[in-house]
Order: sequence, then structure tokens, then C-alpha cells
Amino acid sequence: MSDARLAPALASRATPEARLAAFALLTVLLATGAFLLLPVGGWPLLFVGLLFWASAWGLTSSLAALSPASKALDRLLSIAIPALFGVTILVLWELIVRGLNVPPVLLPPPTAIGSEIADSTHLLWADFVQTFLKAVIAGYVLGCGAGFLTAILIDRSPFLKRGLLPIGNLVSALPIIGVAPIMVMWFGFDWPSKAAVVVVMVFFPMLVNTVAGLNAASAMERDLMRTYAASHWQSLLKLRLPAAMPFVFNALKINATLALIGAIVAEFFGTPIVGMGFRISAEIGRMNTPMVWAEIAVAALVGSLSYGLIALLERRATFWHPSIRKG
Amino acid sequence: MGYTGPLRRLTRRLVGGRTVPVLTVCLAIVLVWYLAAIGLNWQTETQKLTRAGDYTVAEAIAATWSAQRPVLPAPHQIVAEVWKTVFDVRPTSPRSLLFHAWVTLSSTLLGFVIGSVLGILIAVGILHSRTLDKSLMPWIITSQTIPILAIAPMIIVVLNSIGVSGLLPKAFISTYLSFFPVTVGMVKGLRSPDRMLTDLMHTYSATPFQTLMKLRFPASLPFLFTSMKVAVAASLVGAIVGELPTGAVAGLGARLLAGSYYGQTVQIWSALVMASVMAGVLVWLVGLAEQAALKRQGARA
Repeated sequence: MSDARLAPALASRATPEARLAAFALLTVLLATGAFLLLPVGGWPLLFVGLLFWASAWGLTSSLAALSPASKALDRLLSIAIPALFGVTILVLWELIVRGLNVPPVLLPPPTAIGSEIADSTHLLWADFVQTFLKAVIAGYVLGCGAGFLTAILIDRSPFLKRGLLPIGNLVSALPIIGVAPIMVMWFGFDWPSKAAVVVVMVFFPMLVNTVAGLNAASAMERDLMRTYAASHWQSLLKLRLPAAMPFVFNALKINATLALIGAIVAEFFGTPIVGMGFRISAEIGRMNTPMVWAEIAVAALVGSLSYGLIALLERRATFWHPSIRKG
Repeated sequence: MGYTGPLRRLTRRLVGGRTVPVLTVCLAIVLVWYLAAIGLNWQTETQKLTRAGDYTVAEAIAATWSAQRPVLPAPHQIVAEVWKTVFDVRPTSPRSLLFHAWVTLSSTLLGFVIGSVLGILIAVGILHSRTLDKSLMPWIITSQTIPILAIAPMIIVVLNSIGVSGLLPKAFISTYLSFFPVTVGMVKGLRSPDRMLTDLMHTYSATPFQTLMKLRFPASLPFLFTSMKVAVAASLVGAIVGELPTGAVAGLGARLLAGSYYGQTVQIWSALVMASVMAGVLVWLVGLAEQAALKRQGARA
């Protein structure tokens, strides 16, 4: 490995903790050095940048090689390692873009994106309200609700189930996003048309998953309900719906991403002068790429936060499921 | 067992299987569609007819099913438009739907192939490096929750400004969308052989490369094909969205955009039908390849 050659003093005889500390120190020093060398540029910068990369890699791999005894430390590590990797990428990105004088139109440095976020918070907030709070939330709730209710209704008819499921599976593979221009024509330029696109996009994953989930309770458990003389609704509420929850949450998670994509892309087809998709296409027209990146950063943050929120709800709602109980 | 006539057997199979239910649902959808076409086109068409003079209800309904620029075109109008632009026009002319479908298909396929290869390579890297596994894998999973498609217009414009245009930028978006499912599926697949099997390879003193080729790769094939079905659908969406922002002149996405600019609803719907047929055929082809590969491995159908 290159790190062993680069730092012979840190050979394998050193304790893991000492190695870790040495690598951390070296990485911070090299990063500072690289930023100081930025005005100089040229070969020294490239050299120090490469050294920084090697040392950060060494730090990451010595962190990854640890297997701590305590559970809390292990969890901390599972967050720290990817975070460190992310920071390394950001620093390298900054160094490469500024060291090689890449025009900001092509790829702005992360600091430029950061200052753009700080400068235009009000614009980003307005876009967030328009696209997420109005279009995505409305469409998500309506679409998921409709899919869920349809699944419960057709659950009583095996004929409909056999007829709708293959169609639902097929539709899940189709480029539904293409209905966006039609919805814009029907519901106008403002957020209702985007919500309609989201409804169509999230409906079928929810339908297919809920129907599959309602069949998840085993024959033994259903027979038990029958011996209790439970009615259809009783066995639905007390057995089959709880058993379907992992599937429902799976659909909710898939749909969280789909909904955001649907609302943003639908805005490419016509929108009032606010919204994340509008901002992206408008700022690209002006070649203002830092703003585009800022908008994408917001979208990424919103996407992963809503995913995380649903995953959290899932842990609370399906606490009995083996995949969660184990931890 | 008593004799059952072939006709009765056929009916039982049709009703008990999927064919009849699916056909019934399809028929119901078409019926609802025609009714909806009457309702949605009623206002504009009756206005037109009132200006021309008296009209009967039958005439009005006929008008709603054959409007020039309907709010919702009737299914037969879409079929006629698809037929006209596929079979009555030379496939090389920009009026042909086949021409646009081919433009989209070529970047879809290029992006899908690059994305799948890239996904497999990253998965092998993650399998063999604990550092990559711990540092890169969480990011790959997080990136699935990010609306990646939002980045599509920027990639097209940026690549255009440094002189890369045509097939490659669109294929790049398809690559981006298709490599995530393949990576995640492949990592799962490559790890699927249990301890017993890897230990056996160990006792044969197989090198890591031999273990990869003779054990892990064959074991990962079912996972690979499942994720490739997701990936091929995603790369088609990527190619279509990639055609939206720059005012591209060719491709199904360009047809959608042009249709929405000029209010040509029939054109939008026919492009949508074409895209759906393409998605269905692509997923079906991956399914065929899956069956062929698994059969060679000795799986029972």
C-alpha cells in the first residue's frame, strides 16, 4: 500500500491508535498545506494534493480496520467513516477545481456553492415551499392514500387482484414521468399539475406493494383468526394490515424519491417563476451553475431527510419485524 | 380422471389464470377512457359545433372522439397517430416516430451497458476493499434517495459547452441512473454464497480471482438480472429526461416537449405509447436473457 511507503515511521509495529492519530495529523497538515499552496499552483500543489489523498485514504482504511468492542463506538464509526470520505472528496474537489482553474461554469468549487446557498436562502426557501411543501406533499399524500385504499378494496376480489397486479407491475416499469406535459395542460402551470404527476407516479408502487403485503400473513395465522371467528375486517385490521406494514413502508420509501423527481421534472414543462425545477432550468440558461448546484444540494438534503423520516417511522411502526428487532 | 373437452379446459385455464382478468381490466380502462374523452372534450367541441349551427348529441360525441386538438384524445386517435408515424413515413425522416424512438433507444442502450459494467466493477471493488465498503457504500445508498434526475439538464448543458454533444451526454445520464441499482444488487449477489461455499473454495486454495469467477459471479446472476431490469427502465427515463432541457430536436423527450409547446396532445400521447412499448420490450428482453442464463446454470423453469 502506498501509505506504508509514504510513512515508514508508521510501520505495522505501531499501535492502531498511534497510527490513527499520526494519519489524522498528517491529513490535516497536508490539507492546510495544499490550501496555502493554492496561489502558487502547478506541480507543488499537485504533489501535496496527491499526498493528501494518500494520507486521507490511509486514515479511512485504518479507521475501517478497527473493530471496537462497544456498540456505541461502532455506530459512531459507521457514521464517521463515510463522513470522512465525503469531506475528502469535497476537499479534493475544491483543490482540483481551483488548482487547475476549471471554469466555474463547468464545475464550481464547493465553497462557491456554499456561499451561493448562504446568499440566496430566500430564493431557495421559496422554491422549497412551492415544489416540496405544496406539490410533493399534496401529491404524495393523495397518491399513496389512493393506492393504499384501492389495494384494500380490490383485496376482496381475487379476480380484480389477478387482473390489476400484472398491469400495476408493468406500469411501474414505464416512464410515467412523460405524463407531465399532459398534466400541465389539464391542471395549469401552478403546483396542482405537479401534484397530479406525483399522484400518478406514486399510485402504482403503493398499490402493488400493499396487495403483496396483504398476502404476507401466513396461512397458519389466518387459520388462527378463522378459529377465533374473526370477521373479514377484524382479521384485516388485527392481522393482515400490521403484517403488510413492511411492504407499505417499502413503497413509502420508494415513493419519497419518486415524488421529488416527478415534481422537479414536471416543472421543466411549464411553471410559474418559482420552484426547484424552474430554478434549475432558468439558471442553466444563464450559465449560473453555482445556483444550480445549490438547488441540487437542497434537493438532495430534502430527499434524504424525508427518506430518513420515513425509515424512522418504519422502525416505530414495525418494531416487531425480525430485521429491526435484531438490532 | 374423466375426459374434459379441450374447450372446457381452455376456458378454465383462461378464467383461473391471468388472461381473462387482465383483459377485463384493460377493457374497462378503454371504456372509462372513451367516456372521459367525451367529458373532457365536451365543452370545446360543443362550442365549435354551436358556432357552426345545430347539432345532435350523437354528432357531439362523435366530435369529441375525433377532435383536432383534444384535451384527451380517444384511444383510436392515438393508435391511428402511432400507425401513421410508424408505418406510413420513411423511418429516416424526422416525422417518423421510429426515428425518434431510435434516437432515444440508442442513448438508453449505450448508457445502460456502460452503467451495468461500471456497476459490476464498483461492486467487485467494494467486495474486495473493506475501506471502500465502509466509506463508499453508505454514499451509494444515500444517493438513491437523492432526486438525481434534477442534475440531468446541467450535465447536458455543461457537456455541450465543452463541445461534447449528441449521444454521449444523454448516455451519461442513463449511465448515472442505471449504475446504482446494479451496484447495490451486485454487492448483495456477490456476497450471497454462504460460509460453507467460500470455505470450500478456500480448501481448494483458490485465488480471490478464481473464487470470484467460479463461485461469486455465477451466484450473483439472479441478483444481477433483477437489478438490470430496474436499471434498464431507469436508463430509458434518463434518456427521455435528458432530451428535455436543451430543446433537443430528436428523440421521444423532444417529441413530448414539442407536443406540449404546440398543444399537440395526440403527438404527446403517441410518444408516451412508444416510450411505454419500448420500456416493456426492454424489460422483457432482460427477462429473456435471465431465463437463458439461469437455464444454462441448470435452474428448473
